[in-house]
Amino acid sequence: MSRISALFVSKPEPILNVYCTAGFPKRDDTLSVMEALQTSGADLIELGMPYSDPLADGPVIQASSMVALQHGMTIPLLFSQIGNMRKTITVPVILMGYMNPVLQYGFEKFCADAAAAGVDGLILPDLPVVEFETEYGAIIKKYGLDFIFLVTPETSPERIQKLDSLSSGFLYAVSSSSTTGSDRSNTGMPAYLQQLQQLKLKNPVLVGFGIKDKASFEAASQFTRGAIIGSAYIKALQENPDVKNTTKTFLAGIKG
Amino acid sequence: MDNEPLYSQPDVNGYYGQFGGAYIPEMLHRNVEELRTRYLDIIYEPAFQSEFQELLRDYVGRPTPLFLAERLSKQFNTTIYLKREDLCHTGAHKINNTIGQILLAERLGKKRIIAETGAGQHGVATATVCALKGVECIVYMGEKDIERQAPNVARMKMLGAKVVPALSGSKTLKDATNEAIRDWINNPNDTHYIIGSVVGPHPYPDMVARFQSVISEETRKQLKEKTGNELPTHVIACVGGGSNAAGAFYHFLEETSVQLVAVEAAGHGVNSGLSAATTQLGKPGILHGSKSLLMQTEDGQVVEPHSISAGLDYPGIGPLHANLFASGRGTFLSATDEEALTAAFELARMEGIIPALESAHALAALKQMTFTGKERIVLCLSGRGDKDLATYMEHIK
Ligand SMILES: Cc1ncc(COP(=O)(O)O)c(C=O)c1O
Repeated sequence: MSRISALFVSKPEPILNVYCTAGFPKRDDTLSVMEALQTSGADLIELGMPYSDPLADGPVIQASSMVALQHGMTIPLLFSQIGNMRKTITVPVILMGYMNPVLQYGFEKFCADAAAAGVDGLILPDLPVVEFETEYGAIIKKYGLDFIFLVTPETSPERIQKLDSLSSGFLYAVSSSSTTGSDRSNTGMPAYLQQLQQLKLKNPVLVGFGIKDKASFEAASQFTRGAIIGSAYIKALQENPDVKNTTKTFLAGIKG
Repeated sequence: MDNEPLYSQPDVNGYYGQFGGAYIPEMLHRNVEELRTRYLDIIYEPAFQSEFQELLRDYVGRPTPLFLAERLSKQFNTTIYLKREDLCHTGAHKINNTIGQILLAERLGKKRIIAETGAGQHGVATATVCALKGVECIVYMGEKDIERQAPNVARMKMLGAKVVPALSGSKTLKDATNEAIRDWINNPNDTHYIIGSVVGPHPYPDMVARFQSVISEETRKQLKEKTGNELPTHVIACVGGGSNAAGAFYHFLEETSVQLVAVEAAGHGVNSGLSAATTQLGKPGILHGSKSLLMQTEDGQVVEPHSISAGLDYPGIGPLHANLFASGRGTFLSATDEEALTAAFELARMEGIIPALESAHALAALKQMTFTGKERIVLCLSGRGDKDLATYMEHIK
C-alpha cells in the first residue's frame, strides 16, 4: 500500500494537506518548511514546483513561484534539497507542477528521481487524460507513484468516475470553478461535495481551492476525507517569512 | 528536426504530428471539450456560413484586394502581390477570426467574451464584434503593450470593451494570454474565450486557421483572374502566433510547388538574447494548452521574448507552424526590429501604404531572398500601421 493510501486507512480524522512552494520563502527553505508543516500537524505535504506560467494558480501562488524562480529554483535543485528528506519527513509528499518543466527534465527521469527521493505522488494539472492513458500513466506506475487527477463542479459524473479510476492515492476535488486562492463565497460547495460522496468513488476525496481557515476546513471535511490549503498558507509566509513560527501559528489556527 | 510528415489538418486529439493537443487543467475541460465536439458542426452549418460570409463581405469589406505592387516588384526585379488584409475593417486580418468566433459563441449561448491582445488588433477586432452583437467584452493586455499601442487601447474603450492590464511576467502577450485563460477558469458558464491566433488547446489552432483560410481562398481566385494561374510561387507572411500566415498558407499547404515563407521577429538579432524567433531559439514544449515549439530555459521556464512589434512578441508559435517547420514544408526566416522599420518606411514611400510593424517583418524578408524574375509572390500584408505611428515617428528618417 502506498504511503498516501496508508494514511487514509490509518487516520479517521479529517486529513489536512498543506501546499507549499519549493524554494519559498527563501531558496533553501524547502525542507525546513516541510519539517515545520509536519511538526505542526500537516498530514500530507503538497510541494509545488515553481513554473513561469502557472495557469491554474491565482496571484498568491504565482507570486511565490516568481520569487522562487528569481532565487534560482530548478527541479535538479529541488531533488538535491529533498534527496534525504526521508531522514526527517514521515508524512506522504506529493509533487505538484506543470508539464513543461517536467518534460524538459525528462519525464521518466523525473519519476525515477522523485521516487528515489521518497516522493509518493504527483499532481500535474495540465497532463491530459489521453496522454496519461497512452504514454505517461505507465511510467508513473512503473516508479510506484500515485497520480492524482482534479475534478471540478463542472466535471460530469461519468468523467468523475473515469478520473477516479485513473487516480490513485486520492482524488482532488476543486471546490469551485476558479484558480487557486479565490476569495469568492462558495455556497454551492456542500451540495457539490455531497454529490461526490454519492458517487461512491474508489479513492478518498480531498477538497482544495479556497480552503483558508478553520471554518472552511471543517466545512470541506464534513463530506470528504479532508482538505488542501495552499494560498492562505503561502500568504502567511509572505507576511511573516519566519518559517517555524508562521507555520505553527497558521496550523494551530486550522486544527486547534 | 527535418523530415516529419506534413499534417495540413490535426488528428482527433488536435495533433499535427508531434505538435498540438490540449494540455489544459480540468477546470477548462468542459468548455474546451464542448468546442472540440461542436466546432466543425457549427461552423459548417449553412445558416452559420451564410451569416459568416455576409458579415465578411458587408462588414469586414471582403474580399480584400490582391494588389500588384509595381514599384516594390521593380526593386526586387520580380512580381509581388500584396494581399491587403490591412484594408479589413479595424485594420488587420484579426477580424476574420473574431467574426467567426462571435457567431460560434452566440450559438453556444455565451454572453460574455474575453480575449487577449498583443498589438491590440485582436483586442479591437474582438471589441468590434462584441459591439456588433451587443455582448460584454473584456480584453487582457500586457501593461507594456498598453503603453506602446495606445491608439488601440483607446479604440477598444470607445467600442465599449473593458481593457484589463496583465501585470505578471514580461507584461506582454504571453501574460495577457495567461490572464485570459485564468478568467475563463473563473467564469466557466457564461464566457467564451476568443483566442486571437492559431495557438491554445485543440480545437483553437484548427478553428482559427479555418476562419483565416479565407485569405488564401480569395488569393487563389484573384491570382487566377490576374495571371491565369491560381498558384503563386511564394507566399510570405509574418508569424507571431501564426494566424495570418495560417490563413495565407491554408489552401496552398498541399501545393508543393508553392514555397511557404514564415517570417519571425528576430528583435535585436536572433542570438542577441532579445528576440522572438521561436523556430530558431525554441524547443518542443507546452504553453497555453498546446505542445509546440517554445522559447524556454533548460529548466523549462518560458523565456520572455522581445520584438519591437507587440503582435510578434510571443515565445511560441502555433502547432501547425511547428509542424511546417519540422516537416520542412515551411521556410522560416526572421527579420530584426531595424530591418522591419526600414521595410515599413520603404513600403510607405514606394507604394503609399503604411504597414503594421508585424507585416513589415514579412516585407523585410524580401531582402533575404533571391529572385530570378519569374516569381509570382504573394505577401500577406496583415495589417495597417496606424497603431504604430508613435514607434515610426521615433525612427523617422
Ligand atoms: C497586423 C498584425 N499582423 C500579424 C500579427 C501576428 O499575429 P499572427 O501571427 O497570429 O498573425 C498581429 C498580431 O497582433 C497583427 O496585429
